[in-house]
Amino acid sequence: MSETVEATAVVKEPKEPLFSSKNKRLLSDPLNDDNPITIQVLGICSALAITVQVKQAVVMSLSVLVVMIGANLIVSWLRNLIPSRVRIIVQLVIVAALVILVDQVLKAYLYDVSKQLSVFVGLIITNCIIMGRLEAFALANKPWPSFLDAVGNAAGYGWILIAVAVVRELFGSGKLYGFQVIPDAFYDFGYFNNGLMILPPMALITVGIIIWVQRSRNTKLIEEN
Amino acid sequence: MDVNKNSYTFTFSAILVIVVGASLAFVAEGLKPLQKENVRLEKMQNILASVKVEATPDEAAAKFEQYIVEQVMLDNDGNVVSPEGLTAFDIDVVKEFKTLDIEKRNYPLFVFEDNGARKYIVPMAGNGLWGPIWGFVAFEGDMNTIYGSTFDHKTETPGLGAEINQPFFQDKFIGKTIFDGSEYVSVEVVKGGADVEGKSHMVDGISGGTITSKGVGEMMQRTLNVYVPYFKGNQKAAL
Repeated sequence: MSETVEATAVVKEPKEPLFSSKNKRLLSDPLNDDNPITIQVLGICSALAITVQVKQAVVMSLSVLVVMIGANLIVSWLRNLIPSRVRIIVQLVIVAALVILVDQVLKAYLYDVSKQLSVFVGLIITNCIIMGRLEAFALANKPWPSFLDAVGNAAGYGWILIAVAVVRELFGSGKLYGFQVIPDAFYDFGYFNNGLMILPPMALITVGIIIWVQRSRNTKLIEEN
Repeated sequence: MDVNKNSYTFTFSAILVIVVGASLAFVAEGLKPLQKENVRLEKMQNILASVKVEATPDEAAAKFEQYIVEQVMLDNDGNVVSPEGLTAFDIDVVKEFKTLDIEKRNYPLFVFEDNGARKYIVPMAGNGLWGPIWGFVAFEGDMNTIYGSTFDHKTETPGLGAEINQPFFQDKFIGKTIFDGSEYVSVEVVKGGADVEGKSHMVDGISGGTITSKGVGEMMQRTLNVYVPYFKGNQKAAL
C-alpha cells in the first residue's frame, strides 16, 4: 500500500537488535547527510519565523520532537489500518490533534513557555518535516524504527534551528538565551547590533551559509551535473 | 480485510474523527480550570509588576490580596460605576477593546497601598502592528507622575515591537507626567532615538518598532483620557 522506498524495511526479521547499525543510521543521518532543513529543505518556514531568539528555537525544537514522536508512533501502529486514499487527511488529523494537545498541556502546566511560543505551536501542524516523515517512513515501518526516525529528524531540525538562532540572537541583539553576552564596553566603542539579523531574510541567508559549509565539508552531498 | 473499500474508508474516518474529537474535548475541558487560574494569576502578577512588586505565580494571589486595597470601575465619562455581578478584576480590557464600542467599555482602576502610600494602577489595551497590545500603568499618589508600567503584546515582531515587554522600554516611562499644569497631555511615544532628555511628556520609542511604540502612546492617550475627571477630582480632594 505504500509507494515509498523504505517499504523494504517492513519485512525485516523481528530479531533485529534495538540499536542495529541500520537503526543507528536512522538517528544519525538526519543530523548531517539527510538533514531535513539543509538537505531536504523542509521546515524552512518555521526556521525563518522562530530563530530570532535561542529560547524560542529550543522550545520549538522540543515541541516538534514531542509531536513528531507521537505522530510517527501512532501512524506506524495504524499503518496497516489506514486507507491509502485518505492517508494524508488521517495524518493531518493526527498531527493537528497532537499539536492541540501539546498547546493545551503547555497552557495548563508551563504557562510561561506557552506564552513564549504563542502562535508558533499552532504552526507545528504545517511543519512539512512531520508530514514528510509520516508519509515517507512511518507509514511503511514498525513503531521502533519510526520512533528513532522521529527522534533523528527532530534533532536534525532542532540543531539547525538552534544554530541559526544563536547567530541571529548574538549579532542581532547581543544576547544568548536572553542574557547579554556582548559587553557594554563594545557598545561604548561604537559597536552596533545588526538590525538586519532580526529580520526573516537573515535566517534564510544563515541557513544558506550552513548549507554551504556543510557541502564543502561533506563532498558526497554535492550533486554532479 | 480490504482497507481500500469505500465502506471501510468511511468507517475508519468516522471513528478516527470521533475518537480524536472526544479526546481533545475531554483534555481541553479537564485542563480548563488550570489554564484559567494561570491567566488569573498572570493578571495579578502584571498588576503587581507595574508597582514593582515581584510575585511568583504561587505568591500572586496572596500578595494581590495584601496590596490591592480598592478596586474601582469607571464608565466612559469617568464616573464611578458599580455594575452588578462584575468586579474590576474580572473586566478583560483587551476583549472589551476589541468587541465593545468605546462608550460601552468599562475602565477598571486598582488602588495599591503599601505603608500608607497609595498608587493607582490603570489597565489599558490598544493595537500594535500585528495584533493587540495591553498593559498596566501605575501612578504615584499625585495621580500625575508615572510610577511604573508593564506592557505586553500578542504577536509583535520579536526583537523590535515585541521589546515593549522589556524593562528597558517600560522603565523609560517612570517619572513622566500626564498633566501639564492642569491640562491633560498624556505621554507621547516618539520615534526611536529621539532626544527626550528633560521632556516630561515624551518617551523614546523602540527603533524599528515605531508602529508598536506609537500604539503604546495612542493606547495611553485614549485610555487615560477617561480617567482624567476621576484623577482631577481626587487630586483636589487630596489637597
